[in-house]
Amino acid sequence: MAEETIEILDQDGVNRALTRIAHEILEKNAGVEDLLLIGIRTGGAHLATQLQQKINEIEGTTVALGIIDVTMYRDDLGSRNNLEVGKSCIRVPVTGKKVVLVDDVLYTGRTIRAALEAVIALGRPHNIQLAILVDRGHRELPIRPDYIGRNIPTAQNEQISVDFDDQNVPQAVHLLRK
Amino acid sequence: MSFNPKHILGIKNMSAEDINFILDTAESFKEINTREIKKVPTLRGKTIINLFYEASTRTRTSFEIAGKRLSADTVNISASGSSVVKGETLEDTAKNIQAMHPDIIVMRHNASGACQYLADRLDCSVVNAGDGMHEHPSQALLDAFTIRQHKGSIKGLTVAIVGDITHSRVVRSNIYCLNALGAEVRLAGPGTMLPPGIEKLGCKVFNNLEDAIRDADVVMMLRIQRERQGAPLIPSVREYARFFGLNGNKMELAKKDAIVMHPGPINRGVELGSMVADGPQNVILDQVENGVAVRMALLYLVSGGEKLGSE
Repeated sequence: MAEETIEILDQDGVNRALTRIAHEILEKNAGVEDLLLIGIRTGGAHLATQLQQKINEIEGTTVALGIIDVTMYRDDLGSRNNLEVGKSCIRVPVTGKKVVLVDDVLYTGRTIRAALEAVIALGRPHNIQLAILVDRGHRELPIRPDYIGRNIPTAQNEQISVDFDDQNVPQAVHLLRK
Repeated sequence: MSFNPKHILGIKNMSAEDINFILDTAESFKEINTREIKKVPTLRGKTIINLFYEASTRTRTSFEIAGKRLSADTVNISASGSSVVKGETLEDTAKNIQAMHPDIIVMRHNASGACQYLADRLDCSVVNAGDGMHEHPSQALLDAFTIRQHKGSIKGLTVAIVGDITHSRVVRSNIYCLNALGAEVRLAGPGTMLPPGIEKLGCKVFNNLEDAIRDADVVMMLRIQRERQGAPLIPSVREYARFFGLNGNKMELAKKDAIVMHPGPINRGVELGSMVADGPQNVILDQVENGVAVRMALLYLVSGGEKLGSE
């Protein structure tokens, strides 16, 4: 079958989804107190930066932002080629914080499992929430996002790509059908 | 890119890309060592055996801590106090260890090529922690990591290495590593400690310390390895210290912001005067600190991936 690319969200679409998620985060947490956004490298980190800006526009406060790389916590090392291990950078203690994990695509849930372990290894947060731009289904673990940009039912042989420009600003979401 | 080595035996066959991949990986692991809880589950369930046929404090401890921080189970075997003293051969020892299904053997041995010999015969990964006068890859990598940390980049730097070049595996690994990364390597030592033909590896050879360290960015001093010398190669330690020891005055020949390195252990007052050994330009303890991160990276990299021959 020929390859096919379908645009799911354009730049405005991504923007609207992120704006809504920012509002939802603020609503659910009744403000920005003790909030800590943690983006999962690399797509999630870019999106977390966007969410931080949006929350700043709405509330006038800059919430804390961290980045984690979950490679060290993955359960599939040894069954695939070596992945680059990126740096984690969380400058504030996570203990007592309301942590919002941010990732671009939610698929099997294994990355999020690794991220949960990575965050808990750093301390004991008050709670951990999950914000996702695209939920494509096919979960292999009992993980459910709190904030979803878009639900896109997919087949296993399809791929979702979130495209960023040079400044790491999200441009579009595409579905690749092979 | 990805780098999926089965073994780490030496730097000789590594490309600049491979080396940088290892250093970048180490950069990411370094953060773990500053955490309150210094442990990640990356190598959970892996068994690492540190098989040391020669005395070592730094390297063995560093490998052991690296393995433990990645959640691997590490076991130390040193030649003294093991069946080696009862006359067991290396191959027999290794086969017996293999029967216990380790994932990685980290070995130091007094024979050059011992790690290659083991890698050819065992199923598990082998990491060279120093073999005879051949290579000491993890040391060269942590040296490169430390230079990069202080100088930003290695390309175009001048690195002077001074001391017993003949008996030093650290030098050989460093020459391969620094050349690959684009540094100029200078060697200096007494004539009896400079092997003929070493310049063919791509370095400049000097017979006095002053010329070698002039305008150098990095001065790497080597330990006089008294245990590796049959007949003495120098008339006296005092004479060596006088001509090839680094002190504050000589250090002024190097660039103002030059750093001083030493693989340890230091013979204080022989190759390094206390003024330099404790001075602001020395990065010796950074080397030790970075060693753990670099070894974590090596253990991680040999553990990942499906490799030929690993079934």
